[in-house]
Amino acid sequence: MIHVSDVSKRYGAQTVVDGVSCYIKDGGITSIIGPNGAGKSTLLSMMSRLLPMDGGSVSIDGLDVTATDSKQLARKMAILRQENQLTVRLSVRDLVGFGRFPHNNGRPTAADKVHIDQALEYLDLGDLADKFVDELSGGQRQRAFIAMVLAQDTDYLLLDEPLNNLDMKHSVEMMRLLRRLADELGKTVVLVIHDINFASCYSDSIVAMRQGRLIHQGPPAQIMQPEVLRDVYEIDIRIEEIDGNRIGVYFA
Amino acid sequence: MNAVGNTASTQLPAALTQHTRRPLKSLAPKTWIVLLAVLAAALVATFMLIDLRGNIGYILPRRAIKVGSMLLVAYAVGVSTVLFQTVTSNRILTPSIMGFDALYMLIQTALTFAIGGQALLSLGAPVRFVIEVGLMVGFSFLLYRWLFTGGGKSLHLMLLVGIVFGVMFRGISSLLQRLIDPSEFIILQDLFFASFNNVDGLLLLVSVAAVAAVSGLAWRMRHQLDVLSLGRDMALNLGVDHKRSVTSVLVICAVLVAVSTALVGPITFFGLLVASLAYQLCSHFRHAYVLPIAVLLGVIALVGGQLVLERVFAFDTALSIVIEFVGGIVFIALLLKGSVK
Repeated sequence: MIHVSDVSKRYGAQTVVDGVSCYIKDGGITSIIGPNGAGKSTLLSMMSRLLPMDGGSVSIDGLDVTATDSKQLARKMAILRQENQLTVRLSVRDLVGFGRFPHNNGRPTAADKVHIDQALEYLDLGDLADKFVDELSGGQRQRAFIAMVLAQDTDYLLLDEPLNNLDMKHSVEMMRLLRRLADELGKTVVLVIHDINFASCYSDSIVAMRQGRLIHQGPPAQIMQPEVLRDVYEIDIRIEEIDGNRIGVYFA
Repeated sequence: MNAVGNTASTQLPAALTQHTRRPLKSLAPKTWIVLLAVLAAALVATFMLIDLRGNIGYILPRRAIKVGSMLLVAYAVGVSTVLFQTVTSNRILTPSIMGFDALYMLIQTALTFAIGGQALLSLGAPVRFVIEVGLMVGFSFLLYRWLFTGGGKSLHLMLLVGIVFGVMFRGISSLLQRLIDPSEFIILQDLFFASFNNVDGLLLLVSVAAVAAVSGLAWRMRHQLDVLSLGRDMALNLGVDHKRSVTSVLVICAVLVAVSTALVGPITFFGLLVASLAYQLCSHFRHAYVLPIAVLLGVIALVGGQLVLERVFAFDTALSIVIEFVGGIVFIALLLKGSVK
């Protein structure tokens, strides 16, 4: 379980995240939604110790993220940011192999190879394993990075806008994949996402933020309501139920 | 909006972060290391033995000191540049461009100004060197740590800070040099414009000790360094203590820059030259391969260059002029490559 307790972040006079508290249960997908500047990515960065917090605390399975040994946390939780520019030229297999660093400290064992092969296979990257990451398309790149954090073999997976720069086809594939990670491998997936309909169709729980505050949390059926979404985005969104999923219509 | 969300994207123009040009992949890194090592050894042997006439007992030790200092400088510059570029996630900035060697010269000048040139010389090279390196590590820690440990600093900001620091250090140095006694200035000038032709043997020994110490530290960090080359966020995700690693690398760089500057004075673009070439030659990202290649390239450039300069052109001029010329062109080419794409 991830326990976020009264977490705040300020830049000068501006408060970006303002006293956010929530529980994220083990298993399933939790989506963090909200307008630009709501503090979603900042919250995720603080949860994953990439960014120091100005107040409050976050614990994952009872481990305080700011106090626990970073390597121990790296075996418990993986974080993937939206921009992953590489300065070095790496093959896909080498990149995925880095996911084993928290376990082997850079000295690969036979067990690591098994994990790497499994991660490559799970993301259908077998044929691309020896290609260089900079030769891949956007969707393949994203999959290669997911394979890396999968090889990291953590219970928790935190993803910052994993659909960023992906077209519809690849977005759907990515969300299905995350669903499989949650259902088949029992991982707890937390992601920041802009598309409320993807959040509605694939999440078990949605956290809605606005202006640095957490304003709603609940299952999709509870969040995908015109009045709730109006509260979050300040626009009128009609909700239609299609094939059992609640879809927001906001294009016109 | 979210100030952290953009760290990676603001870090560098896209073209600079992607290593788009194909390295010469036909040869494995180990083959390159062997080839370059053979070439470097041949050049060193040629340099030692060519045209050996007259008082051999006098000539050989002098040549040995000269070659030794070139090897040490190649090592210090190659290693410090590659490590520095790893922790700052870029391929353009080097310790020299960020003003490290200007800082070292300022420390030398300030020391001369404070306690006098004669007093400084009477301390002897080893003691002087230890004091200078100590100050160097302390000041580079104070001045540069903030710049590299946080996320979200753009390449342009870092470049600007480096240039401003460099100009400032040089400015203060030249002010102090104008204020001191002319005879002391001459002592100082001897310290600055030491070239490979007049290196103090004792200083060389102390330098070797300093370099050996920081090399041990760097070798222990080699796997962490591989992870650090993925960038700050990825390194943190994989459990590497980013702040501590960057601080260690800064200390290593400060010592190495002090060594090379103390031995031969500042050579701004040499590091950039050998590091860029090493990345082109080495198809493998691991520091265990890139570092030796960078060092060997440095040895070849220095010893080979000096050999050509002395024997072919019969010049006894500073090799650094040629290196700065070629290195400067590479620097501009890298910058342009970044802005064109």
